[in-house]
Amino acid sequence: MRYEAPESVQGAVALLAAANGDARVLAGGTDLLVQMRADVVEPELIVDIKRIRETRAVTQENGGWRIGAAVTGAELKEHAPLKQAWPGVVEAANLIGSTQVQGRATLGGNLCNGSPAADSVPALIAAGAVAKLAGPHGQRDLPVEDVMLGPRTLALRPGEFVVSFLLPPRPPRSADAYLRFIPRTEMDIAVVGAGVSIAVDGAGTITAARVSLGAVAPRVLLVAEAAQAIIGSRLDDAAQERLAAAARAACRPIDDKRGTTEFRVDVAGVLARRAALIAMDRARTR
Amino acid sequence: MIRLTVNGQAHELDVPSYRTLLDCLRYDLGLTGSKEGCGVGVCGACTVLLDGKMISSCIALAVFADGREVTTVEGLAEDERLHPVQQAFMDAGGFQCGICTPGQVVAAKALLDAIPHPSEAEIKEWMLGNLCRCTGYYKIVESIQAAAGQARA
Ligand SMILES: Cc1cc2nc3c(=O)[nH]c(=O)nc-3n(C[C@H](O)[C@H](O)[C@H](O)COP(=O)(O)OP(=O)(O)OC[C@H]3O[C@@H](n4cnc5c(N)ncnc54)[C@H](O)[C@@H]3O)c2cc1C
Ligand code: FES
Ligand code: FES
Repeated sequence: MRYEAPESVQGAVALLAAANGDARVLAGGTDLLVQMRADVVEPELIVDIKRIRETRAVTQENGGWRIGAAVTGAELKEHAPLKQAWPGVVEAANLIGSTQVQGRATLGGNLCNGSPAADSVPALIAAGAVAKLAGPHGQRDLPVEDVMLGPRTLALRPGEFVVSFLLPPRPPRSADAYLRFIPRTEMDIAVVGAGVSIAVDGAGTITAARVSLGAVAPRVLLVAEAAQAIIGSRLDDAAQERLAAAARAACRPIDDKRGTTEFRVDVAGVLARRAALIAMDRARTR
Repeated sequence: MIRLTVNGQAHELDVPSYRTLLDCLRYDLGLTGSKEGCGVGVCGACTVLLDGKMISSCIALAVFADGREVTTVEGLAEDERLHPVQQAFMDAGGFQCGICTPGQVVAAKALLDAIPHPSEAEIKEWMLGNLCRCTGYYKIVESIQAAAGQARA
């Protein structure tokens, strides 16, 4: 196995594109190393992207925020303006693992690991985040909901990797939230995750919304019907019911010892509603 | 060839790129204080500091640490004087079998470096990646509280 740590995006792309055999991007390694140790993957080349400036920076861009794909959860937590603008994204990233894992785990790794239960992904999708990909044919933008196609299957082309994410500008009176359900109180894989982003007008009526659900289908879902169910409402009881029903209707979950299909579907409705209430509360108070 | 500073001492090592930092510390450098519990990032027995930040060394590659500074449990005491966290774990009975203790002590040091006087909730949150099958955790929390008090004195 060869290990390379290029210092530029082009350098990383050149290595990935030229590789024959299994080449893997390495960010924090909290998924990849576990898989390597279990012999699930045996890469011939590892391209560590942490020395590339663009993957490690959090910067303002056209009123939004650009977050490098290799920025860690612990670093996001320390970034006060980002936390203020996108509390749901940051709280989702901070749910990943222990303090030891937080210091390494990244948004890019969480997405590209390709798990339908990845915690930060519903939050990024609800936020309307767009991934910037770099590859042998240049760079392109892809909404996060289009990056993952199924378990361990991504829309990335050969030689491509995620450089960063762009979170759009925040209108006034808008906010997001993420909630997950796990059987234990911490350090567990989400049985359901729900991310909601909401904007309200001066009268408290919802003008825009995005709802995303994790761990209830082969990929993380953007549920347009759930957003439609609350746009134009003040999130009264009837709107909450419509939201929960739309969230449940979108689920196609697995059935396993950690949660039956019926249970996951039910919890998806509950979490979507609760996350919406939190996002609403935050949106109204700013 | 990588350069590592471990507990203040510089090393130049030729390691295969798949070598974990934990194996490098234990087998190449003979520092067997850091333990392997789960080997997959969950238990915290292998916790070390990389440039002052705690990580699970079982899921880090040694080549990650090239040019950087590693602190293990062996590097906490100054000569014969134990680090306040180590002393507190002894005084307050923060361990039984001891297999988790090197990781607990290193994590607790990192905590007190970041938050000198943590609340009980802050201690529990910070330490949730350091599992212990023996103590039931109460004594570990008490040890850290004692160490925080001692550091204050
Ligand atoms: C103890 C423990 C607890 C955990 N708890 C949680 C949890 O609660 N919730 C959760 O969601 N996850 C959890 N995880 C899983 C993991 O920590 C997260 O998925 C993390 O975000 C992965 O990020 P990383 O940077 O470490 O990824 P890496 O391991 O570096 O990479 C993961 C995969 O993505 C690819 N990759 C990484 N970055 C890029 C990129 N920029 N472009 C293209 N491909 C890329 C890699 O090739 C690899 O296949 C846990 C893991 C451990 C060990
Ligand atoms: S041995 Fe590294 S976390 Fe368990
Ligand atoms: S003292 Fe035995 S595992 Fe913690």
